[in-house]
Amino acid sequence: MGPEKMKEIITDVLKDVDVVIGYKQGFDKLHATPCFINKAEQIEEIIWSPVCVQNLASFLPSLKAKKVGVVVKGCDSRTIVQYMQEGLIDRSKVVVVGIPCTGVVSVKKVLDKVNHQPIEDVVFEADGAILVKTPAGETKLSLADVSPDKCSTCLYPTPVVYDHLAAEPIKSVKAPEDVYKDVEEFEGKSLEERKVYWEKEFDRCIRCYACRNACPMCVCQDSCIAESRDPHWISQKSNLSEKFMFHMIHSIHLAGRCVECGECERVCPMGIPVNALKKKLNHDMKALYNYEPGVNPEDKPPMYTFSVEEKKIEEHKL
Amino acid sequence: MADTGFIPKEKWGAFIEGLSTKAQVYVPCLEGDTVLFRPFGKEKTLCFERPANSPPKSVIFPQSDTLFSFTFIKDPDNPQKTEVELKEHLDFPKTIVIGSRPCDAKGFTVYDRPYTETDTPDPYYKGRREKTTIVTMTCNSPSAGCFCTAVGGSPADKEGSDALITEVEKGYFIEALTEKGKEILQGPGVEDGKAYQGDATKKQEAVHSMVKNPFGPKGLGKVSPELFDNDEFWDNAVSKCVSCGACTYLCPTCYCFNITDEQTSDKGERIRTWDGCMYVHFTLEASGHNPRPTKFQRFKNRVGHKFSFYPEKYNGVIACCGCGRCIRYCPMSVDISEIVSNLQGA
Repeated sequence: MGPEKMKEIITDVLKDVDVVIGYKQGFDKLHATPCFINKAEQIEEIIWSPVCVQNLASFLPSLKAKKVGVVVKGCDSRTIVQYMQEGLIDRSKVVVVGIPCTGVVSVKKVLDKVNHQPIEDVVFEADGAILVKTPAGETKLSLADVSPDKCSTCLYPTPVVYDHLAAEPIKSVKAPEDVYKDVEEFEGKSLEERKVYWEKEFDRCIRCYACRNACPMCVCQDSCIAESRDPHWISQKSNLSEKFMFHMIHSIHLAGRCVECGECERVCPMGIPVNALKKKLNHDMKALYNYEPGVNPEDKPPMYTFSVEEKKIEEHKL
Repeated sequence: MADTGFIPKEKWGAFIEGLSTKAQVYVPCLEGDTVLFRPFGKEKTLCFERPANSPPKSVIFPQSDTLFSFTFIKDPDNPQKTEVELKEHLDFPKTIVIGSRPCDAKGFTVYDRPYTETDTPDPYYKGRREKTTIVTMTCNSPSAGCFCTAVGGSPADKEGSDALITEVEKGYFIEALTEKGKEILQGPGVEDGKAYQGDATKKQEAVHSMVKNPFGPKGLGKVSPELFDNDEFWDNAVSKCVSCGACTYLCPTCYCFNITDEQTSDKGERIRTWDGCMYVHFTLEASGHNPRPTKFQRFKNRVGHKFSFYPEKYNGVIACCGCGRCIRYCPMSVDISEIVSNLQGA
């Protein structure tokens, strides 16, 4: 699918909104970057290809004062539904341009395949093959081999909410029971093994908060407990226990809210698989409350409700 | 001619191991897909093929550094009376960094001006800097986002390094640049380097032309004061920024910090930790007023510090080494070189 149809839609949408958020090419062909379009001449810059990885819906709460058009993939569209559930956006001020998506690339995986050489060109072929050109030569990759893990179990290739659709809808062929297979597999390890694994991963954390700031559902942002002196739950020390604590807080604040866009993990400059923690909590929320975040605007997030006796939680056994 | 040496490839591991018996050695190690500087150990997977995700700045300027510890001691005879016992932390071990890149090494010279070349040097930074030998590796190829040659550096730049290593066909050519660097030539397995000088020079020159120059053939011009003070310019330039601190924490030239007392019961530590101008709390004043409440003002400061305020204070030296990490690892692919390029006057 080319970006032509999308450009047409955006040309129309722009007449009615203050800004449209889409993608344009970043500093090389492997990197897209968000573009904020408010003039018709910017529309030519728009691209759509599997390098369009960022979740653009994340910008919506900060642009509440404006009428905004936003380009979303299926996974990103769940963010909008979750914002609606939590009252974080005014749906009437958002125009959603949905893109049925056949998968994006993981920049980290592509760079690994081409030995981190500088990228000269990236071409996506119709059959799903990717040609990556570097000074060392041309490498042919298949999209499936370099997609982020979330794509391999994607149930929502077509946005769950949209006003315009830039292509024909795509039906997911993935099995719902596979979504949390990785979590179940990991839970099969012993407590000690899991502890060793996470200690090793979190040791690399530099507390840059890219995971937090890129997270569409991390709405505390400037009032995050990680930097607060009062209450003083976490010190500024760069040690394992503080890093661990921050990631636990981040994850638990997202229980039953994380839309699994994977931004936290994608943006981590230290390659820490932080999304796994959020998936684990979502898995539990599904088991306990039969709730899946960001799918139905009418749903109420479980942590926003209260029942004296929850059906699946037997308190006396706690 | 500076002193030179050569280490055959098969002796490279033993050379590093040998140095690690005399000093604490930091080397770039592969962990998963990430390369970062770690203390050398035989079990580590060393990776010199590409620049580390984070520069070795934490070796000399740790992310959190205990300045001193304190203990409150009550007088048992007069509980109203409390004394504070202080313990300084100024003992720094001899350290060698192997495999920093020229941009990383140049980063330390950016720190040196405010931290050591002043009337009030910083004892923590200065102490570690003097005890550390920087052994830099010439880049074999640029990485995505690199632009060192556009800001006065090069893939074989010597500034800030004590020794420069260039990989040649059969091994590693070492050039000692300082007295500390000459000590490295005493390491195990180092042979006479003269025969490899020519190969090394050729290699260094070949990479130079591969680095991109985002500022055009004339190089970096003067920053236009009109554009620099135009709020709309900044608002448009960084609307996509999410205001995290990945760019500042991965930057070899960002040196801002925070100081906090971290205390439990009667004991505590005064620590200095990295801080970054991209965070909203960075300029938050005790009164609650924040002079830089928006992300564009914060980003303007970051660019301003590197390309305007620092050069004004230090003879035109740009406080950016062009390592490209802030571009490569930015969640939204914000490109500082593009922004600076757009800031140039006509």
